[in-house]
Formats: sequence, C-alpha cells, structure tokens
Amino acid sequence: MAAPRAPLHLVTPVWSGGTWGIRGLSSAVAPEGNKKRTLLQLLCGYFSGVRVLREYQFRKQLQKVQKKNRSFTYIQDRYGPDIAGAYFILKLGGSVKFQGNEWMGPKDHGHSLDVLKLQAVPVEAVDASGCAINYQGLDNLLALKELRSLSLQRCPHVDDWCLSRLYLMANSLQELSVAGCPQVSERGLACLHHLQNLHRLDISDLPAVTNPSLTQILVEEMLPNCEVMGADWTHSLNPQPEDESQDIASPSAPSPSSRSSAG
Amino acid sequence: MLRRALQLGLGRGFWSRGLGTRRGGSTLDWDGKMLEIKKKIQSVLPGSAWEPLYDTSHLPPEHSDVVIVGGGVLGLSVAFWLKKLEQRQGAIRVLVVERDHTYSCASTGLSLGGIRQQYSLPENIQLSLFSADFLRNINEYLAVLDGPPLDLQFNPLGYLLLASEKGASIMEKNVKLQRQEGAKICLMSPEQLRNKFPWINTEGVALASYGLEGEGWFDPWCLLQGLRRKVQSMGVIICQGEVTRFVSSLDCMKDVDGEEVTLKRIYEVHVKMNQSLEYQPVECAVVINAAGAWSGQVAALAGIGQGPPGTLKGTKLPVEPRKRYVYSWHCPQGPGLEAPLLVDTSGAYFRRDGLGHNYLGGCSPSEEEEPDPGDLEVDHDFFHHKVWPPLAQRIPVFEALKVQRAWAGYYDYNTFDQNGVVGPHPLVTNMYFATGFSGHGLQQAPAVGRAVAELVLNGQFQTINLNAFTFDRFFLGVKTEEFNII
Ligand SMILES: Cc1cc2nc3c(=O)[nH]c(=O)nc-3n(C[C@H](O)[C@H](O)[C@H](O)COP(=O)(O)OP(=O)(O)OC[C@H]3O[C@@H](n4cnc5c(N)ncnc54)[C@H](O)[C@@H]3O)c2cc1C
Repeated sequence: MAAPRAPLHLVTPVWSGGTWGIRGLSSAVAPEGNKKRTLLQLLCGYFSGVRVLREYQFRKQLQKVQKKNRSFTYIQDRYGPDIAGAYFILKLGGSVKFQGNEWMGPKDHGHSLDVLKLQAVPVEAVDASGCAINYQGLDNLLALKELRSLSLQRCPHVDDWCLSRLYLMANSLQELSVAGCPQVSERGLACLHHLQNLHRLDISDLPAVTNPSLTQILVEEMLPNCEVMGADWTHSLNPQPEDESQDIASPSAPSPSSRSSAG
Repeated sequence: MLRRALQLGLGRGFWSRGLGTRRGGSTLDWDGKMLEIKKKIQSVLPGSAWEPLYDTSHLPPEHSDVVIVGGGVLGLSVAFWLKKLEQRQGAIRVLVVERDHTYSCASTGLSLGGIRQQYSLPENIQLSLFSADFLRNINEYLAVLDGPPLDLQFNPLGYLLLASEKGASIMEKNVKLQRQEGAKICLMSPEQLRNKFPWINTEGVALASYGLEGEGWFDPWCLLQGLRRKVQSMGVIICQGEVTRFVSSLDCMKDVDGEEVTLKRIYEVHVKMNQSLEYQPVECAVVINAAGAWSGQVAALAGIGQGPPGTLKGTKLPVEPRKRYVYSWHCPQGPGLEAPLLVDTSGAYFRRDGLGHNYLGGCSPSEEEEPDPGDLEVDHDFFHHKVWPPLAQRIPVFEALKVQRAWAGYYDYNTFDQNGVVGPHPLVTNMYFATGFSGHGLQQAPAVGRAVAELVLNGQFQTINLNAFTFDRFFLGVKTEEFNII
C-alpha cells in the first residue's frame, strides 16, 4: 500500500500541510473509518495533485488574457495613442478604420508600416468583435479621442465594469454595439447614460440581462436621442401578452438586498 | 459530566497517535482489533447511547494558529488574506468562529452594499480603491475549482453627494484629495446637475460631487458567500459556536519610567457550541476580533477596558451596535436607470433597487434620537418624519410613493470617531482588531482583511498604511475623523 502512494506524495506537496492536516485530526477519531480513510487519502492525494495542476492552468489562462491586454506604452509614447490603439486592436484580431481610409483587418497586421504611415490620422472606428479585450485593454481605446463607432460584439471579457468606463468617450462616440457580450447586464447598460452623443446602440442578445424588453424601454428613456436596437426586435413587434405581464411582475421580485431583509 | 466528556474528547489526540504507531500490520487484523477496542470502551462507559469515539467534527480543532471571532465579511476577509499571503501552502491554521450561520443579525447581509471613494481621509479612499479593484476581479481572487463564477451584481452608477453652501468648500477640498489618490470623482454645479438629472430639485444645493468609476452598489451576500466558499477551499475551518472566554497569561514588565506594565497574551479561546453547554478550548497564537457590532463585548471578554479610567488598561474598545433602518418604496414616476446613489444635504439617501421603480433609502438619526438597539424592530414613523420629507423636497416625484417594506440592521458603530479599528491591542498583545467601520465596513473589508493579514504575518502594514486606525488613538484622544459620514 505504501509504495504506490509515495509518488503521489511527491506531486502533492499541499497534502501534508493542507486541508487534510487539520481535518485529519477530527476524522482520525472514528476508528472504523480507518480503511476508508486510507482510500480517501489516496483519492485526495490524487485529486489535490490534479487540483494544483488545474489551478495552475486556470491562472495561466487568466495570464494569457492579461498579457494580450497589456498597453503598448512604447508605441504610445513614440507614435501616439491612435497608432497604439490601432496596433492593439489589429493584434487582437479586430479591425480599425482611420479617418478617410479603408477598414484594416487583422491580416493587415503584418504590414505595420502601413499603420505607421497614418501617424497623424485619427482612428474613427473600431470593430473588436469577438476579441479578448478586457477592462485593462480598454485603456488603449479610451485614448482614441475621435472614435465615433465602436463594436464590442460577442467579446467574452467585456463586462459591466468595462461599460462603466466608456464615459471617457462621451464626446466622440456615436455608435456602439455590445450585442452578444455574455457578461454585460442591465447594470452596465445603465452607465451608458453618460454617452449623450450616441445615435445607435445595439444591445441585442445579452444573456445576462434578466428583462430584455423592459431594459430596452428603460435604456431608450435614458438615451432619448439614440436608436436602441434591442433584444429580439422581431419578437417585440408582435407582443405577447404573457410576456408583457412577466416584464412588469419580475421587477418587484426580491432584489439581493430584499433577500437579506427577509433573513 | 460535560467537562469530563470533553476531556475524553480531548483524549482523541492520544488515541489516534497511539494507534497510529502500531500500524503497519495487516489491515484486516487492524480492523478487527479496533472493533474489539471500541466494544470494550462502550461497555466500560456509563450510558449506552453516548459514544466518545464518534463524530466530533462539529467541534473546532484543539489548536489553531489564528482564531477569528466573527464570520462576517471582515472576519472572512482576514481569513482569506492570511491564507493567500502565507509563505507556504498550509503554513498557518486558521479557524473562524461564527455563532450564527444564518447571519440573521449580522450587519453584512443587512447592509445596502454601497461602495464609494468619496471620503476625506486618504486611508479610507485607498481602502475603498483597493476594494473596488478586488471586487472587479472577484472571480480571480475567489475562484474555486468547479464552483460557478460569482455574480456580484455590481451597479457601477456612482454616489452623488450634494452640498449646501456651507459644505461646498469642504466638498471641494475632499474631491481634490480623492482625485489625487486616483479616484474618478467629478464636481458638478447645480446647473449641470439639472441637465444630467432633471428629476433633482437643486434648491439649496451649491455643489455636488459624483463618482464616475468604481462606485455604486453590489450584493453583499455574494461577497460573503464567495469568501466563505473560497476560504473553506483554502483549508480554513469555519465553526459554529460562540467565543465566551479568553484564557491569558500575564507578563509583568517595567517601562522606561519604572512603571509596571502588565502585558497579556491569550493562549486559549473557549468556543461554546450552539444550543449546548459544551465548549471546546482552542489553543491559539493570535486572536482576531472581527465581531462587528459586538466586538466591544468580545474585547471586554479579554479584559480590555477593565481598569481605572484614564489609563490604557481602562480604555474600552468604543464599538457598539447602533440600529439603522432601511426602507423600500415604490414610485412609478421615480428616477430612471441612470439614478446614482444620492445623498442629500440633509443626510437622507436613496438608490434604485432593480428595474421596477423600486427604491431603497434611509437616514442616520442624530445622537439624541438614537433608537434602542435592543431589537431589530423598525420604526415607521422615522421614515415619515426624517427620511421622506427631505427626499420629497429634493426629488419632487417622491411626493407620491408607497412604502413596501423595511428592515433594520446594526452599524458596528465606533462612538469615538466613526472610523475603523485595525491592528493589535497595546496590552493584550495578540488580539488584533478589524472592526468599528460604522457603516462602511462592507466596502472596506477586502482591503482591511489584507492589512490585518500583513500585520499578523509580517508585523507591519505593507499595502496601505493604517496606523491612523490603531487602538492607541482612544487612549491618546486623537480622533481620526471623516468630514462626511453616511
Ligand atoms: C442598514 C445598514 C446599511 C449599511 N450599508 C453599508 C454600505 O452601503 N456600505 C458599506 O460598506 N457598509 C454598509 N454597512 C456597514 C456594514 O454592513 C458593516 O460595516 C460590515 O458588514 C461589518 O462587517 P463585520 O464582518 O464586521 O460584521 P458582521 O457582518 O456583523 O459580522 C460579525 C459576526 O460576528 C459574530 N459574532 C459576534 N460575536 C461573536 C462571538 N462572541 N462569537 C462568535 N461569533 C460572534 C456575529 O454573529 C456576526 O455574524 C451597513 C450597515 C447597515 C446596518
């Protein structure tokens, strides 16, 4: 029994001092659990080895996203925010449009010389659909002073915290799409009230929004000069009575803090 | 009898050790022997139903390096950072003692969940900035393998503080400091205010400050449960029980003037199990007092404040429960999605709650009107006399509203200067405080936990210097005050 267990000890340094060290005391009390315990130890040793590995993997994944979202301070200092922003987006796999120029896609990324030629030209549109941009990476875009159109469609790491920073673009931004972002909810959409120059806003297909139709109405009220493309507009063209009643009923459902008051 | 039972329970360490040395023989044989021994013990002991060798997992362990009193958000945050910052995984054993796992009276669950950086003390601003960062990355910090990600429900809508002419200059000074520290706060004139939030009546408002990033409100339960889940996965034991006694050793010393000083060291904490007289002594090296509104009582258990008045020994921990009401109302014409958490010049505040034109709000009573903290009953007249009139004046649509429900909770109120108490007690040298945040403890918790863990592990503050929050100030009489407390 001891021999096969030994190598497991080696892979699992946490085993001896970790959770088991403490719990071990109390569980050692039940003597009939002895046989079970060795089996459990074995499994636990095995699993915590796997656990360490998986935790490492999880951290690595996060680091990968973070690395992608680093700012290019060198480029920014040398060539200005627009080149740095464009370079950042192209590298992530998105597209950019400089004023008076054609769209540039990720395949143009190799021709960095083309980008450098546009040094004095501001970026006016960015399409970061599906890119791994996150809160940090957004810094690169917030520096674009003449950005008029921004698409963040289906960006997995764009969340409410990101939306809360878009107020920095309030002067220039006219079109915005956050359609299909899995982490964006009505709480983040509420921050868009800062963007008073917005003409078009796409908030369709947001799974984290609990009440899509009601949210759309409230966003429209909040941004009266903006055309809001909401969740399933085809669906709201032929309104279903049950649907509506649900929308009105659910807001009064207990909120997080009301749950606490019940306790 | 109970004492004896416990002593027998204590013997379990011996049992497992003694038996362990005999291991190595064939397992089958071993099992048979164990059964025999168990039978023997059963027949010797009086009473048949009771078996000492059975599960004692509900009892806390007999030793723990650190015992944290109070499993609210502050206690759990300290536990989290102790484990996170430890040198080697499993290096320190941490036990959190919480008397009520339903948290029915705990402030954490009854709070409003607000976070702001609009303070006048640099320490508070830094704490809150750190916490905002923590909350933003909560799913990195508190990730548990195979656990679903936490949904913090953060509403990043900011705080909007209104100042009258009298308060305007203080507000301006505060905002300058807040921006220096890196908070994203802007000042607004009444004119700008009317344009942005047309539902506000700006009469009597000279200036407003408005948080643009990192301010708003979130679900306090999510933070609490997330911390619980995480610390348990890190090996922290959370046990249900009440800390009723500290056993300390005394050390008499002479200070430079030749006066005698008695230093205390707690070496054992008695944890009383719920609904029984049974208690378990836990040997420990460090005690963290994170008992929220009750931390003054816990400090008294360690003898803090029991001495002649005016001496360090006689200085109490000035933290006590103060009852605060929160009312929830419905107002169909009320402010929309963009509404921030608004704090009026009168001190009354409100925020939106969900999408259905429901609002939460309240107001802190004046010192003379402090309600009796004996129970958590709600005084509905308070809303009609103190909360509604100023709010309806400020937001005219609130003239017509319907109160739906209300609740009360306890502030962990520091009567001395309404700010946190962090760090060790000068005489009871191994009791550390993490309490007294009087209405902003939830949002500071992630950062305060880190500061306390740094103190315990490294002997000094590293990330944020909180020397202004140590216990000494109560004896020295130096207040660490805020110039706008909500
Ligand atoms: C109405 C209201 C609104 C608030 N709004 C906000 C806000 O918007 N933002 C903000 O940041 N803060 C807010 N607060 C303050 C915040 O809730 C507290 O500062 C914070 O929750 C304190 O956390 P804690 O862990 O110290 O206390 P608690 O959550 O009260 O935890 C202390 C725990 O210690 C346990 N305990 C006590 N004595 C013992 C003992 N002897 N043995 C074992 N266990 C013991 C208790 O059971 C309790 O669970 C609000 C508070 C109230 C009441």
